[in-house]
Amino acid sequence: MASSMRAPADTFPKLLLHNARSFGARPAMRHKDLGIWQTWTWAQVRDQILGLAAGLHRLGLKRGETVAIVGANRPKLYWSVAAVQALGGIPVPVYADAVADELAYVLAHAEVRFAAVEDQEQVDKILSISDRLPKLEKMIYDETRGLRDYDHANLHDIGAVIADGRKALTEDSNFAALIDAEIAAGKGSDTSIILYTSGTTGQSKGVVLSAERCIAASLDTVAFDSLTERDEALAYLPLAWVGDHYLNYAQGMVSGFCMACPENADTAMADLREIGPTFFFAPPRTFEQMLTRLMIRMEDASFVKRKLFHYFIGVARQYGEPILNNQPVPFTGRLLYWLGNILVYAPLKNVLGLSNVRIAYTAGEAIGPDLFSFYRSLGLNLKQLYGQTEAFLYLTAQPDGQIFSDTVGPALPNVDLRIADNGEVLFKSPGMFVSYFKDEAKTRETMTADGFVKTGDAGFFDSKTGHLKIIDRAKDVGKLKDGTLFPPKYIENKLKFYPNIREAVAYGDDRGFVAVMINIDLTAVGSWAERNNVVYGSYQELAGHPLVYDMLQKNIEETNRSLAEDKVTAGAQVKRFLILHKELDADDGEVTRTQKVRRGFVAERYAPLINALYDGSTEAGISTEVTFEDGRKGTMSARVKIRDVATVPAAPTIGRAA
Amino acid sequence: MSGPAASDIAAGEVLLSIENVSLSFGGVRAIRDVSFDIKKGEVRAIIGPNGAGKTSMLNVINGFYQPQQGRITFKGKTRSKMQPHDAARGGIARTFQNVALFKGMSALDNIMAGRTLKMRRGLLWQILRVGPALNEEVAHRHRVEEIIDFLEIQAIRKVPVARLPYGLQKRVELGRALAMEPDLLLLDEPMAGMNLEEKEDMSRFIVDVNDHFGTTVALIEHDMGVVMDLSDRVVVLDHGVKIADGTPDEVKKNQDVIDAYLGVAH
Repeated sequence: MASSMRAPADTFPKLLLHNARSFGARPAMRHKDLGIWQTWTWAQVRDQILGLAAGLHRLGLKRGETVAIVGANRPKLYWSVAAVQALGGIPVPVYADAVADELAYVLAHAEVRFAAVEDQEQVDKILSISDRLPKLEKMIYDETRGLRDYDHANLHDIGAVIADGRKALTEDSNFAALIDAEIAAGKGSDTSIILYTSGTTGQSKGVVLSAERCIAASLDTVAFDSLTERDEALAYLPLAWVGDHYLNYAQGMVSGFCMACPENADTAMADLREIGPTFFFAPPRTFEQMLTRLMIRMEDASFVKRKLFHYFIGVARQYGEPILNNQPVPFTGRLLYWLGNILVYAPLKNVLGLSNVRIAYTAGEAIGPDLFSFYRSLGLNLKQLYGQTEAFLYLTAQPDGQIFSDTVGPALPNVDLRIADNGEVLFKSPGMFVSYFKDEAKTRETMTADGFVKTGDAGFFDSKTGHLKIIDRAKDVGKLKDGTLFPPKYIENKLKFYPNIREAVAYGDDRGFVAVMINIDLTAVGSWAERNNVVYGSYQELAGHPLVYDMLQKNIEETNRSLAEDKVTAGAQVKRFLILHKELDADDGEVTRTQKVRRGFVAERYAPLINALYDGSTEAGISTEVTFEDGRKGTMSARVKIRDVATVPAAPTIGRAA
Repeated sequence: MSGPAASDIAAGEVLLSIENVSLSFGGVRAIRDVSFDIKKGEVRAIIGPNGAGKTSMLNVINGFYQPQQGRITFKGKTRSKMQPHDAARGGIARTFQNVALFKGMSALDNIMAGRTLKMRRGLLWQILRVGPALNEEVAHRHRVEEIIDFLEIQAIRKVPVARLPYGLQKRVELGRALAMEPDLLLLDEPMAGMNLEEKEDMSRFIVDVNDHFGTTVALIEHDMGVVMDLSDRVVVLDHGVKIADGTPDEVKKNQDVIDAYLGVAH
């Protein structure tokens, strides 16, 4: 039982000392420098961190003070985190690519007195905002390049600080005892770290996490995935993101696995291959990019290799997942899969750097079922998890063998999950945050009376699997006139997994039923048209083609069937749809530069179409102003057809096998 | 090594001087009686309209062309004739207007090629790759890795250069020239065909090379903004004749230069 697990220590610096005693000769950290992987054992890492802590003490860092950590995944920055914690200070990692303004806000809000930064770029950035940071006194940096001619009164090379600290430790045993006492004085209830949320919804907030809770959460999940000191991970996620601090720093300290820092951000995928981690996390986008690059390179492969690849990928699609899930598979299937593994899957995973991966996670956004099953069919144990900064990431995760592309798994051990009346997911967990830094009001607002934390996400428990499904941000979820839950993004994401559909905008809040406007994907539908001798002269003509409508109607009806599988979403099936005559475009303000649909604006602009969706007409005229790439404006008019879609009754929840 | 080491010459003293050099190909006079000098530690630009003789001038400096007249003094040693490999050995490295890399080789191997002249062991030793030859290669590889780190091209270390975009090829070529640890680095249009961001990157590298390694740089460039920002002194050629020489500000105001670039009403 996870709850019976006891941590060998209640703070990370104590864990570090414990690890150095227990398996001091095991590798703790790697970093590729000048083309060669450098390795530090746990004992060496301990010496470096103690040296840095001693050096920082000599520079004047005191208990309770905050220290900004700005930069990429580099050993010396990770050591800075631990060294600051050793002295009872509080590290505050900040996104390295934050612009000066964001950086100024976080550093000022966190009242940092010291900053540990990667290189000249970050030093310059902080110097440029120093007038807004009255408390900031000293900076320490990792990369010396370009900094030689700077005023070094308050600027120190981390390497030199470590050397200075180590010298003092060896020469003065009283000082060494003082540092040891500082570590021993750390309590589990101390603030371990403050992680600032990325601030996509308003000003970013500082999430205060305590040492004992961070360690408790890590213990549970390390046990959940049975991670040990023999595992290895690539630390390439942003330092300031809870994912990196959790997956790499905290889990690494708790389980003792080795984390490898890539040479730089661009080389991460190549380094992945050289390191061959056993534990791997990547957002869905990274998996998609890996697949795209693979497919492009396969196109250039020789005829025989291409044939071989496609044949065995077909085999994997058929048998790969059942084999991974330990389901019955015919003998010929196993044989073919075994052969495919030798000829295709194993070499493929090797190229991707995934050969040794025992556990892989993805999270952050919905992952396409095809993409998800592609990796799983190759034998990669890819799973989904759900969490947020306030929960120290982990709330749910899929256990081995219970994997579904559209769920995020059941609650983890010791995690209490509850769905509020408005559909919002609430939790109480071992790793939950203490408060928002200097923001009592926000903290109270986020907690319920009985001590649960509001995630801000809407979700429900899948009736068949019992897993949690996240459908949307809680504030975006609406209700149909009859009170049925209407999660627009959930429906749109389901639709967008069809290659034919590039963009979908669902309406239904305070309406009688759900209706969608669709953008076709010109590449996918265009190549379909070519194969099926459908002649078209323009995007508009293709979008209005009856055969295209037929095809999309099938896609939507399929989506309706999948929505009907769950009582919660069954009422939100799509009743009517139309295909827009033009692509939603950032130049016209219809989508943001990051390709997110601006729902309200689109609703206003296409009001005649939306009215037609709801008044029962089968066709509507629309005329919109468009902006061409050179900035000229013109008007575009079209008649757009509207179709009805068949819906299915909600699946009965009783009398059906899971 | 020919001539004294560059370290014997103090920064600010003349590293290379060109005196009354003329070069012609048959009847075509590419360079006519041009004199100027390059001081140690500076960034010296050679500019001029198309066909002004800029690249010819670089080719004269590194010994690829033999001028019919004139004297060239490099590191205090005067010569009228020199072969490119002598120039290379003497500490002159260059990049080319149209990238001249070994296309099938990786970025790393291309830059390693720049170390060839520094290899002490013979071909046989290098093929065997044992003992002292191996140690030597490790040392050279270390130096090359520093350059790769300096130019921030770790991600393309093992990529054949033919597969790289143009801007990166230019950077690899600069890396190969740097691998020679030159006293004088000749850059023939280092920014040609680059977008703004690539130009900014390249400018930064040139400034850094000049700052960190103290390498003297002579460059040909068409982008006036770049030239005026980067260089300490500028020499202007037009139809093979030197029409101006001085700081960027002086040159900018020079009427002959304005005429050469904008044309004059006849």
